[in-house]
Amino acid sequence: MYRSHVLVCGGTGCTSSGSQEIINTLQAEIDKNGLSEEVSIVQTGCHGLCALGPIMIIYPEASFYSMVKVEDIEEIVKEHLLKGRIVKRLLYNETVTDEGSVLSLNETAFYKKQNRIALRNCGVINPENIDEYIATRGYEALGKVLTEMSPDDVIKCILDSGLRGRGGGGFPTGRKWQLAKDLVKGGQKYVCCNADEGDPGAFMDRSVLEGDPHVVFEAMAIAGYAIGADQGYIYVRAEYPIAVDRLKIALAQAREYGLLGKNIFGTDFCFDIELRLGAGAFVCGEETALMTSIEGNRGEPRPRPPFPAEQGLFQKPTILNNVETYANVPQIILNGAQWFASMGTEKSKGTKVFALGGKINNTGLVEIPMGTTLRTVIDEIGGGIPNGKKFKAAQTGGPSGGCIPAEHFDIEIDYDNLISIGSMMGSGGLIVMDEDNCMVDIAKFFLEFTVDESCGKCTPCRIGTKRMLEILDKITKGQGTLADIDKLEELCYYIKENSLCGLGQTAPNPVLSTLRYFKDEYLAHVVDKKCPAGVCKSLLSYNIDPAKCKGCTLCARVCPNGAISGTVKEPHVISQELCVKCGACMEKCKFGAISKK
Amino acid sequence: MELSIERMDNYMKSLEELREIRERMQGQVGLRSEDSSQTRVVVGMATCGIASGARPVLTTLSDAVQTKNLNNVAVTQTGCIGLCQYEPIVEIFEPGKEKVTYVKMTPEKALEVVEQHLIRGQVVAEYVINNAIK
Repeated sequence: MYRSHVLVCGGTGCTSSGSQEIINTLQAEIDKNGLSEEVSIVQTGCHGLCALGPIMIIYPEASFYSMVKVEDIEEIVKEHLLKGRIVKRLLYNETVTDEGSVLSLNETAFYKKQNRIALRNCGVINPENIDEYIATRGYEALGKVLTEMSPDDVIKCILDSGLRGRGGGGFPTGRKWQLAKDLVKGGQKYVCCNADEGDPGAFMDRSVLEGDPHVVFEAMAIAGYAIGADQGYIYVRAEYPIAVDRLKIALAQAREYGLLGKNIFGTDFCFDIELRLGAGAFVCGEETALMTSIEGNRGEPRPRPPFPAEQGLFQKPTILNNVETYANVPQIILNGAQWFASMGTEKSKGTKVFALGGKINNTGLVEIPMGTTLRTVIDEIGGGIPNGKKFKAAQTGGPSGGCIPAEHFDIEIDYDNLISIGSMMGSGGLIVMDEDNCMVDIAKFFLEFTVDESCGKCTPCRIGTKRMLEILDKITKGQGTLADIDKLEELCYYIKENSLCGLGQTAPNPVLSTLRYFKDEYLAHVVDKKCPAGVCKSLLSYNIDPAKCKGCTLCARVCPNGAISGTVKEPHVISQELCVKCGACMEKCKFGAISKK
Repeated sequence: MELSIERMDNYMKSLEELREIRERMQGQVGLRSEDSSQTRVVVGMATCGIASGARPVLTTLSDAVQTKNLNNVAVTQTGCIGLCQYEPIVEIFEPGKEKVTYVKMTPEKALEVVEQHLIRGQVVAEYVINNAIK
């Protein structure tokens, strides 16, 4: 028995900021002070506030230490663990009020408006200990399903809850399961989990796998019971090494307890799961390509129909849901469809996890009820935009999505609202952009991604996206014409309508959506040959204001290309031929004499 | 799926076995909750407290609360309360009730407090500061 638990985040974010070293030092200090019988160290999954890692929470006081350094450990152990004095100086500053009293984490702006269902165990339990998952009612939903419910009851419960696929399209999960159960009666069927999270900036699936791997197994077994499958596959990216390790550990533990395997809980139901590692192609997140890859073939999509529910993996009826979708399932079974349906909007129930990134103070993972406004997410939970800059747009749905401009800042986020303004939920990446972001450059960034990731099977996607990128490149270099913009838009629609799979069909979205809301920026690049945000280098020039220049020579000394000339105490001049537009001179100038246009 | 012999020992045959694990673990993981309706048991763990034996009191309380699955009770520590001569001191804060201060605690007395006060709701009057000082 331990009187105190020290939780240290072992998610990818905190691990890369050094949490393993923190754990080692902590263990050494605890041993040194003779506390090893009283204090236990628990390595957990992600807490969401990745920007403040490494994160450490000490219970029962629930003290939230952020950006912990190895040098601080001795003080934390001696003061907090030994003498019970919380080291306020090192706490997450939002949890300490001006008067010096300590708030609970749930009272801080970042956590107050969140409702953690899919992430409920992330950062709370040790993902490598199945007993801790069981302590939080783990595998109870599976037990309930196997002993009290018929497959039809399970499907009805998921249908009634209104759960929709969290991976992008938002197809009703219950409906998918029903099709897989009814279209083909009997025979071999499969349950697959899409853990091939590929959107740049989205990492909620990784966090669930790292922080609460058993929830995915439990939900897949429930799905297996519902549709009549005895085998599951998790297709996970090999680039998620921590997630893969924890899945392997969890799988061994679940098998040891007989929670996966033959005759689960003494019933006739048998279900087992295998892992398949993806080599990291974005297209393998597309369902038909994913299944082709599990089969051992090159990951390429195929036309639908037949849909996977009828002919999926190895030509057998298959259901495929993503990690976050599965993470909701056991809670729905335990708490009832009505509980889940009471959250969210009319057509989008429950909560959604978003990965906040870009120009925002609280970078990290947040789980909010559907229907929360973008304003709440960015200004309250996200803590606003750094350096007092102005919000320009938020990008959702990654390379398949679009942007939400400032005019829609009060939009209630759900599947249908996002589609109606030309964006999409996608897997939940939410990248915030301020006045310093060039929207043409953003569109180009996503296009570069899809050009790289296009599998090449169909022509519209393989060649079309390449042509689009060439046009965008021309525009950002100031060589574009008005006809290019028309051509670009035409290509967008052509690719959307003619591509084989979701990757190509959605690839033009970032361009279409920036054309829709930020056409003025495209025109500025084409007509005025200017980049209003000052991002596109070819359209920029750095100049020295002779009135402000004191001739201190600092700029000339930092210029990497010798582009600045002038004599001491006389105004200097930048040679536009030699300037590489790195901006080093502007950063160093103490008199604000250098400007970029 | 293949299972080795020793693995079969843990193989669950009924829901009952799952419940057993849950009950065994709940008290321990319950330490990590943040509920304002919780009862807080605070042990003075400054130099004076530790010197007069607060550490075994603290661990006894913490173990007892977890073994008895008192999920609504948090055992924490604090610094010097200022009554060093009466250490080890244990204070119990129940929501909506007045603070109760026990003085000169020992592990045995602490167990009595858990049984009487935390479980049955009866303050152990003889260890409370007002009575103990006289």
